[in-house]
Amino acid sequence: MSTATGTTPELNFRTPDEQFEGQAPFESWGRYPNYDANVVPLHWQSDYPAVASGMHNGVLPVGMGRSYGDVCLLKGGNLLVTTGMNRLIAFDSETGLLTAEAGITLAQILDFAVPRGFFLPVSPGTKYVTLGGAIANDIHGKNHHVAGTFGRHVTQFELVRSDGTRKLCSPTENADFYAATIGGLGLTGVILWAQLRLKPIVSRLIDYEGIQFHGIDEFLDLTRQSQEIEYTVSWIDCASTGKNFARGVFMQGDHSTKRDTLKPSPEPKLVFPFDAPGFALNHLSVSLFNTAFFHKQIHDRVVALQDYEPFFYPLDKVLHWNRMYGKRGLLQFQYVIPWEHAREGTIAILKEVAKSGLASFLAVLKVFGDVPSPGMMSFPKPGITLALDFPIKPDKSFPLFERLADMTLEFGGRLYPAKDAAMTAAQFQTFYPQWQQFARYRDPQLTSSFWERVTGDRPGL
Amino acid sequence: MSQTDATPRKILVLGATSGIAEATCRIWAAEGARLFLVARNAEKLAAVAADLRTRGASFVDTAIADLDDTDKHPALLSHAVNSLTGLDVAYLAHGILGDQAKAEQDFNTAAQIIYTNYMAPVSLLTWLANFCVQRHAGTLAVISSVAGDRGRKSNYLYGSSKAGLSAFLGGLRNRVDREGVTVLAIKPGPVKTSMTSGMKGSEKFADVDKVAQSIVKAIDKRQDVLYVPFQWQPIMFVIRHIPERVFKKLNL
Repeated sequence: MSTATGTTPELNFRTPDEQFEGQAPFESWGRYPNYDANVVPLHWQSDYPAVASGMHNGVLPVGMGRSYGDVCLLKGGNLLVTTGMNRLIAFDSETGLLTAEAGITLAQILDFAVPRGFFLPVSPGTKYVTLGGAIANDIHGKNHHVAGTFGRHVTQFELVRSDGTRKLCSPTENADFYAATIGGLGLTGVILWAQLRLKPIVSRLIDYEGIQFHGIDEFLDLTRQSQEIEYTVSWIDCASTGKNFARGVFMQGDHSTKRDTLKPSPEPKLVFPFDAPGFALNHLSVSLFNTAFFHKQIHDRVVALQDYEPFFYPLDKVLHWNRMYGKRGLLQFQYVIPWEHAREGTIAILKEVAKSGLASFLAVLKVFGDVPSPGMMSFPKPGITLALDFPIKPDKSFPLFERLADMTLEFGGRLYPAKDAAMTAAQFQTFYPQWQQFARYRDPQLTSSFWERVTGDRPGL
Repeated sequence: MSQTDATPRKILVLGATSGIAEATCRIWAAEGARLFLVARNAEKLAAVAADLRTRGASFVDTAIADLDDTDKHPALLSHAVNSLTGLDVAYLAHGILGDQAKAEQDFNTAAQIIYTNYMAPVSLLTWLANFCVQRHAGTLAVISSVAGDRGRKSNYLYGSSKAGLSAFLGGLRNRVDREGVTVLAIKPGPVKTSMTSGMKGSEKFADVDKVAQSIVKAIDKRQDVLYVPFQWQPIMFVIRHIPERVFKKLNL
């Protein structure tokens, strides 16, 4: 195997069977922080743990790198990229049970399932995540209030530990490892394959309705009125103050029940071509975007039939849209605040964001339902969740983030590790008091920059 | 996709666990093809076969074989065509890169590269070409490499084995074309493997699924030579025409 030198394709004669190994930057979606690691591919279920024997400085299985912060990073360590492990194993068209290797992406699952009349039980905001990553972060979607988290639909999976032990995990078998691995940030072992319960659909289309709202109370009213609707989510304007404070668009939809063609999705053609300069996203451009988004919907209420792609994955249309935030990257912030303080907490945090003048380009507001999460460390719990992103501006973004995290804590909420790059160890340990219990299931070889940051140690090395 | 409504195509794949072969087979499986897969590693072959069955292949059979064992080729190939009940496409995708540095010092290493990448395909293609000529039908699709278009210091053992293979394919095509048999020489450039996702610059590399689509299309069109991605055709044209007194000074 020749060493990988440079990545320019011109006059680069690497043959297709050569692999790109060795020291390389592996970026998370927020592009902050940014660390080099030794990147190693997993192509086959038998690759681990053999491939990692003798590796120093820790190992972390990763997928598409779509988590925003450092749960998918390991500074100076070894990243096992699982996306080559993307084979289907079995599909039962009666029950919708799909078994596949953990590196398959949700996009690949949809390409297979939609033409056969099946859909993901839970869809996050991007389809470019792996099955293993979806489990490890116990992701959620617009149907959380009825379906719960992704992990609830994972009937079983196989985990391999660094000592070579394989564990079949389900709610009844190795139930402790099942609970620890769902939302376990890839630290309990490498997930080889998983079985997922898909749900039947008869159309690609979504019966969509978009409704403007002004303020959190209108949002909560709309939420109450839409209990029966499968998918609900809101975009909220975080830049405006005064009479436009907390205005937004409440978006809801159900899978159309009218039989229609179930062809696969076309491939995305747009790629955000370069890193935008640091000044491209400022208060003015973000305010303009937010105003435009609000008024894009000219009427208070818009009813439409919409393809599932723009409904679930509006940003997937532009590959590498994170480049819009430039080389410095972006900081995500997502909290859930339980019902007791959900309303006041959300209003207080929105005010703090608006006051800061720090742009939040995309802000998403949603109510989590009371379907219990199966994971020991799962993020969702009943209440309101808000996701924001900020371009990274030194001296400004981090103090704001710290204030928001402290406010979240005061209101009894917690932050989402998959979207975090900045919470302190003390904050994490208050958000997730069960972390020490979870730590007992961590594989001694596996760790992440996130885990080291929030637990304050680099254990097992 | 012209094959969808017709009887399923019968395809023999040698080196079925290679990345490009697997991606190509997924397209054929979705069309409902009949596949016979050959590879060395039983566990990997089983994983690939299960995937292709799940994706819709109407028939999947497998054989474990080390293709360096050329004595066993006739038995293996006749078993495969019996199992498939015929042969529309034979797809040769096996090969090794080898250790160039070691091969420069050690003839046995060099000989191994040449054996696997040149001798073994010659043995397979001799049997397959004669089988197809008898029936006046069939396509022999063989993965060679752009590396075979000109020898370079960084991998001239691999390159020369592929150069030999490309020349063999040219001659074979010249012989069997008039018998109704198609010979496709596939010359891939650098292909993005699963592992480059998230790496800087990797988006410029060819996607293995797109490479596979091009290969399927070239087979459907009964093409002779395929550079994939297509940019490699003009690039290699230029590289082949650099005068030797300049070329020998370059670091390629």
